[in-house]
Amino acid sequence: MAVSVMSARCFEIPLPTTIANSICLKESFDMQQIRQISGTGVPLLLDDIDTDRIIPARFLRCVTFEGLGEHVFEDDRKQDSKHPFDDPCHQGGGILIAGRNFGCGSSREHAPQALIRWGIKAIIAESFAEIFFGNSIGLGLPCVNAKRTELIRLAAVIAANPTLVVTVDLVGQQVNAGHESFPSEIVESARRSLTTGNWDFLGQLLEGTSDVSRIAEKLPYVSGFRQ
Amino acid sequence: MNDRRNLFNKVWDVHSVRTLASGQTQLFIGLHLIHEVTSPQAFSILRDRGLNVQYPERTLATVDHIIPTENQSRPFLDVLAEQMMSSIERNCREFGIRLFNLDDHRQGVVHIVGPEQGLTQPGMTIACGDSHTSTHGAFGSIAFGIGTSQVADVLATQTIAIGKPLVRKVEVTGALRRGVFSKDVALHIIRRLGVQGGVGFAYEYSGDVFDRMTMEERMTVCNMSIEGGARCGYVNPDRTTIDYIKGRPFAPRDADFDRASAWWLSLASPKNAEFDDIVSFDGSAIEPTVTWGINPSQSVGVTEKLPTLASFSVDDQKGIQEALNYMELTEQQPIRGLKINVAFIGSCTNGRISDLREAAAIAKGRKVAAGVKALVVPGSQLVRQQAMDEGLDKVFEAAGFEWRSAGCSMCLAMNPDKLQGREVCASSSNRNFKGRQGSPTGRTLLMSPAMVAAAAVNGCVSDVREML
Repeated sequence: MAVSVMSARCFEIPLPTTIANSICLKESFDMQQIRQISGTGVPLLLDDIDTDRIIPARFLRCVTFEGLGEHVFEDDRKQDSKHPFDDPCHQGGGILIAGRNFGCGSSREHAPQALIRWGIKAIIAESFAEIFFGNSIGLGLPCVNAKRTELIRLAAVIAANPTLVVTVDLVGQQVNAGHESFPSEIVESARRSLTTGNWDFLGQLLEGTSDVSRIAEKLPYVSGFRQ
Repeated sequence: MNDRRNLFNKVWDVHSVRTLASGQTQLFIGLHLIHEVTSPQAFSILRDRGLNVQYPERTLATVDHIIPTENQSRPFLDVLAEQMMSSIERNCREFGIRLFNLDDHRQGVVHIVGPEQGLTQPGMTIACGDSHTSTHGAFGSIAFGIGTSQVADVLATQTIAIGKPLVRKVEVTGALRRGVFSKDVALHIIRRLGVQGGVGFAYEYSGDVFDRMTMEERMTVCNMSIEGGARCGYVNPDRTTIDYIKGRPFAPRDADFDRASAWWLSLASPKNAEFDDIVSFDGSAIEPTVTWGINPSQSVGVTEKLPTLASFSVDDQKGIQEALNYMELTEQQPIRGLKINVAFIGSCTNGRISDLREAAAIAKGRKVAAGVKALVVPGSQLVRQQAMDEGLDKVFEAAGFEWRSAGCSMCLAMNPDKLQGREVCASSSNRNFKGRQGSPTGRTLLMSPAMVAAAAVNGCVSDVREML
């Protein structure tokens, strides 16, 4: 099967060594289209994984996102010697498979930053918490939904062959692993943003500057409720 | 009068700048709040891209998450915390943003400071790099948590890209029983709807239970919206809202205030407002509620036993078993009588003056049980001062509670206040996630501040109704 891998540029360049504001160099004119992402799978089929678990709060004592990758799921990993992030079979894995409501809780962008820096390039889950989802898309990390039965089937396929390449196809709305395929979907606005290379929201928002001042002027509280 | 839009949609509409290529809305943000944890990287984005802060007067900064509540002398002993302090100080100075720093009597937990200062007003859109921004919805504003990249978006453009959620009316009616507080109402709703029940929704809290609530009580409920998956929750503005705002430092004055009040009230959802979903609860059936697990939906009334595994769907049983294992609890075990090691009163959920009064009423004339470490962390310096003016600090100290300075403290334990090992904490905060309170194996039981005080005194989970 021919698979074209057009992952975001940010995954292919070395991380800046100075203050890294985000995993990606946010240059609006140069965002890559993200259509298909491939990597080996990392199954973590648990529900309601919160962002405190993804990156415990003590690691938020920082002014950059550098170095977060090594602490991803740190407390869970210390308490579970079989945690998939420590399983030799899944080292270098890029596609995370999770359960329902992944990324709930705190708004910390450190959570997707830590996952990306560990090597995660896409997440397939039954559902995502909203703030986590938005943070991830803005970093070029696709979060796609699949039914629970499909996730269980995919996890089994990966367990049988951890070296199998899993491909998340945002255009075809499916996940492929070996000869198997799994229906998946992604929120349409995110699909559009990622596949067209328009996931630098700041660049787009800046284009609306004149409209912003027009809206602001009309808001009674912006003018201090004066007549 | 055929406008059947609910408050959320009315406020959304007047803040919508345009539709983006993705289909999302570019939404104007009326008030932006920042703190030391989620803002440094946002300022780095501005510097890297050569951008300025577009509306510096619409952003307010304070420091809360990493603030020590005992020794606050600078530099902080924690060099990482000190670095974050220097960072926000420098960023606010360079970009012209007002900062309520430690030496300012208005400093405190960001979601307590905004309302206290009259910055939080009905009809505004409010964003902050913190999921508990939903607190501000108590005023009839649309308020939600955002990530750091979006903090940069707001700084640079005063807007964010966001999809419009559906709106669910969450109705609670009937008289709350004695000893049942707004925290119990919030925990009850989350227990019934689940931690992901609100994903994709904004919640409108309505019904006579919320009508009767004070602003502080409404803030507690809205604060917990995100724990039920709803990024935003609000209460329609009414006389209670207007009376609360009047006279606060950043509130409009005189004729401006009258015009503001008229606009605020006009935004409330009409009686025949349209909603995408409606759920109703009987407020009189709510008990003082305590969480037993590792997410805020895993709770029971204080007189109940823990649920059986079999009462959950097969899909859910794995998570329930994980929670029971972590908490070292068994199904059908009574929650009442469960021993605690630590009691924490504070946080953006329950760190306001009314919370401290409710807890102090229980602590008064009683003593913290032997072996229990109990601390009270006011939500802001002004709350702290008010409590001291009322003598509450003396009540707490006489009972054996530690009386601390303002900050987020042991809600998320980014400062020195942390659980140790497997300690069990009765906490008035908002999250009982694994490791949340600073020990990777620590355990949290969420409850109202009065229930925390009761647990502190008895050394175990107790029914506060017997102590009122």
